[in-house]
Amino acid sequence: MTKHSLETLLVQLGNRSDAATGAVNPPIYLSTAYEHQGLGQSTGYDYTRTKNPTRSVLEEGFAELEGADAAFACSSGMAAIQLILSLFRPGDEILVPEDIYGGTYRLLDHFASAYNIHPKYAEFKDVQDTEQKITLNTRALFIETPTNPLMQEIDLIAYAALAKKHNLLLIVDNTFLTPFFQQPIELGADIVIHSATKYIGGHNDVLAGLVAAKGESICERLSFFHNSVGAVLSPFDSWLLVRGLKTLPLRMRQHEANAKAIAEFLSQQAEISDVLYPGKGGMLSFRLQEEEWVGPFLENIKLITFAESLGGVESFITYPATQTHADIPFEERTKRGVCNRLLRFSVGVELAEDLIADLTQAFSKLKKEVVEYD
Amino acid sequence: MTDRIETKFIHSTGVDPLTGAVNVPIYLSSTFHQKSLDSFGPFDYSRSGNPTRLALEETIANLEGGKRGFAFSSGMAAISSAFMLLSSGDHVLVSEDVYGGTYRFITEVLDKFNIEYTFVNMTDLNEMANAIQPNTKVVYLETPSNPTMNITDIEIAAKLAKANGCLTFVDNTFMTPLYQNPLALGADIVLHSATKFLSGHSDVVAGLAVTKDEELGNRLGFIQNTFGSVLGAQDSYLLIQGIKTLGARLGQSSESARTIAEYLHNHPLIEEVYYPGFSFHPGNPIHKRQAKSAGAVLSFRLKDKKSARVFVEHLRIPVFAVSLGAVESILSYPATMSHGSMPVEEREKRGITDGLLRYSVGLEHPDDLVQDLTQALAQVARRNGLSIAN
Repeated sequence: MTKHSLETLLVQLGNRSDAATGAVNPPIYLSTAYEHQGLGQSTGYDYTRTKNPTRSVLEEGFAELEGADAAFACSSGMAAIQLILSLFRPGDEILVPEDIYGGTYRLLDHFASAYNIHPKYAEFKDVQDTEQKITLNTRALFIETPTNPLMQEIDLIAYAALAKKHNLLLIVDNTFLTPFFQQPIELGADIVIHSATKYIGGHNDVLAGLVAAKGESICERLSFFHNSVGAVLSPFDSWLLVRGLKTLPLRMRQHEANAKAIAEFLSQQAEISDVLYPGKGGMLSFRLQEEEWVGPFLENIKLITFAESLGGVESFITYPATQTHADIPFEERTKRGVCNRLLRFSVGVELAEDLIADLTQAFSKLKKEVVEYD
Repeated sequence: MTDRIETKFIHSTGVDPLTGAVNVPIYLSSTFHQKSLDSFGPFDYSRSGNPTRLALEETIANLEGGKRGFAFSSGMAAISSAFMLLSSGDHVLVSEDVYGGTYRFITEVLDKFNIEYTFVNMTDLNEMANAIQPNTKVVYLETPSNPTMNITDIEIAAKLAKANGCLTFVDNTFMTPLYQNPLALGADIVLHSATKFLSGHSDVVAGLAVTKDEELGNRLGFIQNTFGSVLGAQDSYLLIQGIKTLGARLGQSSESARTIAEYLHNHPLIEEVYYPGFSFHPGNPIHKRQAKSAGAVLSFRLKDKKSARVFVEHLRIPVFAVSLGAVESILSYPATMSHGSMPVEEREKRGITDGLLRYSVGLEHPDDLVQDLTQALAQVARRNGLSIAN
């Protein structure tokens, strides 16, 4: 059979999976329990926490998208990260880039104090420098690329080689680029995680996490913890993700085209000191010239929503200092570049001209207000 | 005037202030617009707080008489999140006949984080008192226990725990707040597999936790948000609706369960019936004191696996499946289902033998359920007769 392109695979995800009715779109199985024909007999489904037909459509499809052997759908992106962390034991260390999502930072911090499983932070700019931080206790590299919110790209091929050399697991958070732009397992990663709340769901209407992994032993262990700890995704939310995946390529192309246009626009504005955009995907960050402009700017944007989260069809601007990265102490945060002038922009799929017009009017009010203050 | 719990079930979420809708809207939104930099609204991101989930969380807190409620993606997510209040080096005391999934979590996940545990027979308070160690932080119990329906005295267990500086966690899945209020008896956290009686329709996997005080609530809230095992908005809504009929459903099911327990007790093929509503059940006096009903779950023992197999093959009405607490009657085989994750010697020590079956009584007509049992047991008798003749 010919291997279909990603676009075709996604559009057809779960279709015709229901032989009984021929339904094109997969049904939502809310049933928690499944009848057994007799003692010791099972259809493969026993209890929805362990396995659910709707969740299976998502998990099997997603494993294929990421080139993984198995995937696991979790109740949030953080639940997906928690699932990964259950692979480690007290005394283990995990090497993590300094520029990491605040929720992950908070969870790692909790694992350090409660279970003696420690994150060690490195810049991840130079591979040799990073290698210096590897100790006998290091078990994994846990990477986000591009990083959040500073949008630095980390060379996955180089770090896959480093992980292999030291017999470490390479775990990649692929939330920002999705398998449409980046397939970490193909580049040598062992595990890929997603906050599927973002681009995978794509409509800001589902909270979900996904883990995809390569290798029989890892998949078995993840499957055990997924079922034992129980932070699984509901059938309804699984179905929403399947639905979201069908338009992922269309959305990602538009997100990227708009992000490029806006990065270009922002780089020409006097109010902006710098624009951080890696040249792909729909996420960018920028710094205003003055910290006191942040408040008025956020109050004046009309079309773009000031909210936490990202990756939805609608544009969001987030203030990492008090939202996504509020759990990182001020000094630590500023040292990492998440200063009080930094804003993160999840560029939606509205018409780019309308987004630029909204930014323009917010900037113009900013100038007026600043003039009035003078 | 204080409403009775049956009334609270129906009205605890109130009316939507914006539209007057009698039912809570389902807020699927993952995130919430903020008006300004300085003042965030009550919701910012649905993992941290969602209006539909909050309505459910306030409801269960109110029903259990606690300060804070939390909704999780499964019963195990609620239980595991509560245990994540512990740190490496801590010790937990657990009643020996806990649910198999809880047993698995404690022995294979908590153990990995160097959290120690001891399983004890909590019907024996001396054994329990002797097992408390200087680093014991939590006493964890289920009563009635699953599936052998042993009764633990919640009030005394909680007193003992408190005297030793431990928290008491009670899994209240079998009784629900309709029949048993562990917080009023001294427990610190009540846990539920809300997949069962609270939702009641075999269509939601969910867990709930309620803390007695605000401080413990803040700590569990931190775990819920940090680990992220939260319940989705649609499932929160289904659960709110399920709770509205809890009084009617569980009342009816419990009445039928008594009829069935008595029928089975008088049947010559049944070796033993585990039902805390019998006056001769060893835990009956304690159960009567701390709970309003014997509930809708019972277990019974046939002679052997072969008899169980014939019985399961011929029983017509209950679905043969894992889980319990639904409108439909569910028959389970604990040895390979709820307790399949327990080693065989541990399982048999707890009375979960190859002839044991668990019956969660649903809302079918009790006469139909009894008739169904009669014909299935007749088949068991016939097969046993035949095998003897051979």
